[in-house]
Amino acid sequence: MPDLKTAALLLLMTLSLSAHSQDGEQRGLEIALAAKAYDHGFTDFTANMIMTLKNKAGKTSTRLIRIRTLEVEGDGDKTLSIFDEPADVKGTAMLTYTHGLKPDDQWLYLPALKRVKRISSRNKSGPFMGSTFAFEDLGSQEVEKYSYNYLRDEPCGDWTCHVVERFPAYEHSGYTRQVVWIDSEAYRIVRAEYFDRKKALLKTLIAGDFEQFLGHYWRPASMNMENHQTGKSTLLEWTDYQFKTGLSERDFRSQSLKRIK
Amino acid sequence: MRRLVVGLGLLLISFNGFAEFSGNVAIEAITFPEPAKFENQFDRNLTMSFQPKWDGEWNDGDDLWSAELFMRADNKDSQREHADIRELLWLHLDGDNEWRVGVNTMFWGVTESQHLVDVINQIDGVEGIDGEDKLGQPMIHLKRYQDWGVLDFLVLPGFRERTFRGEEGRPRLPLVVDTDQAEYESSAGQQHIDYALRFSQTYNDLDLGVSWFDGTSREPLLLPGDSDGEPVLIPFYEQMTQIGVDAQLLYLDWIWRLELIHREANSSDRDAFVVGFEYTFFGVFDSLSDIGAIAEFSHDNRPEELRDVFDRDLFLGARFALNDAQSTEVLAGFLVDVDKYSRSFRIEASRRVGQSWKATLELQTFAHIDPEDSLVAFEDDDYVLVDLAYFF
Repeated sequence: MPDLKTAALLLLMTLSLSAHSQDGEQRGLEIALAAKAYDHGFTDFTANMIMTLKNKAGKTSTRLIRIRTLEVEGDGDKTLSIFDEPADVKGTAMLTYTHGLKPDDQWLYLPALKRVKRISSRNKSGPFMGSTFAFEDLGSQEVEKYSYNYLRDEPCGDWTCHVVERFPAYEHSGYTRQVVWIDSEAYRIVRAEYFDRKKALLKTLIAGDFEQFLGHYWRPASMNMENHQTGKSTLLEWTDYQFKTGLSERDFRSQSLKRIK
Repeated sequence: MRRLVVGLGLLLISFNGFAEFSGNVAIEAITFPEPAKFENQFDRNLTMSFQPKWDGEWNDGDDLWSAELFMRADNKDSQREHADIRELLWLHLDGDNEWRVGVNTMFWGVTESQHLVDVINQIDGVEGIDGEDKLGQPMIHLKRYQDWGVLDFLVLPGFRERTFRGEEGRPRLPLVVDTDQAEYESSAGQQHIDYALRFSQTYNDLDLGVSWFDGTSREPLLLPGDSDGEPVLIPFYEQMTQIGVDAQLLYLDWIWRLELIHREANSSDRDAFVVGFEYTFFGVFDSLSDIGAIAEFSHDNRPEELRDVFDRDLFLGARFALNDAQSTEVLAGFLVDVDKYSRSFRIEASRRVGQSWKATLELQTFAHIDPEDSLVAFEDDDYVLVDLAYFF
């Protein structure tokens, strides 16, 4: 009875697979929790970001953005982005209170009108400053934003990486899933692949030149996001990272945007 | 005024060691396809503007200063050739208090088609016809943060008169406004000190503001007069007290907005509101572009002869944001008077060119303007405007 044997074998395989995937879910979540725990306590940081947009023809344009981030206990981080270039948006500031599953709160200060405008943050998939980074790629990565599935461990450069699938649990994501390579030692995301709503590979992120701050916290000095469907890419180069600078809630008030320099 | 501005500019340039310098210089071309309604008005004009800005800080960022000037050169309309200090400000941060002393420009309110509660700054009427260009206002301003909201206290010494286009200017009112003959209800005239208060707070997805203003109205009555035997309009600035409320609610892909005011003045009391929404379609047609649909209704109960454009009007607009590397944006708006069916249509489009330039296109038409409507003076003033600005 080879057919019965095959069927039994298949059944066994299916059972072990589903058991495995439940394990995968648990293991994936554990990795996300461990990554969050590792980065916990950074308190605040400031950094400068050079963003270079490259189109299909290789033509580039540059943005200079200063970033200030405050860690918030029990909620997502607060981030202030101040634009220095291009010159026509100089002085524009964007304030974001990130949250887990709930939409973020977001304000934009427009210096030409001297106006602080509350903006809708529901469109997570919208591009940040015309780049290949979407808002959801740059926001703080709260654990509850995704469900997880651990796939495997594999070498990634000098390190060993956990390869984990993430499925956005928040509304209006541009992705059906992401595959993330995160190193097993200090939980640095070195690579991520993003799959669009049609489940096709949309973008790949490669992060490198990691530096350690305060003897603990790791940040990449470069992040390159390539869009495979449009041929565009965006390189973020991070400089002048400073941690525990003494920023407080006071520095992240929507009405204070008018005094940002 | 001009000499003062240039002198100040030179002084500030010499301070450049402590200051960051930025701004823009722009060239603006406007053309009117239809013949002018009034004598001496131009059909085409080419003007330039210069807007430099300096700012710096000391005391570890607890004290900041900033200065911003605006200048326009206009060969055809002598009234539009002007200079203004938009900002000349000392800002001191002291915990939950922020002090601002000097000249500043500020914005209150939430709606798109009209700005009812925004009464601190005078409108720079010779610039755009949308009233979004404003003159710098001298002020002492304390902003105080409390757990239950933000309070703004303003003392406003020194009144700024509204600017009006000259005889050659276009569009303009049927009679030239003679600003040299401006009159005031208060015997203190321009020296009258005005006061304002504002409370604002964010409650989750609701932003609420309540404001109070007491002083010289920024919006003059235009009274018939004469200048060397020629009929002109003379601005008359009344005293007024205004209470205003502005609210904005975010709900799913909707933003609901409301502004309402109650104003008391000798000529008449005024109750007015504007209410509406913006609904955004994100990532339309599988692209990265967003389209926002805007609808706002405005109502004003002033006597007919005192009303402006917005008496009972419906504004329908669409905002296109391409979210591309050039930040291309288009705002198209259609304003219709629900009683008289006067209609006007406007498109504003802008796009970054290269790394440092920005091009803006403005198209305005006035159609079927009722003779009773205050817009009737503009009925032949459809125009196309192109502005090319270099930012540094």
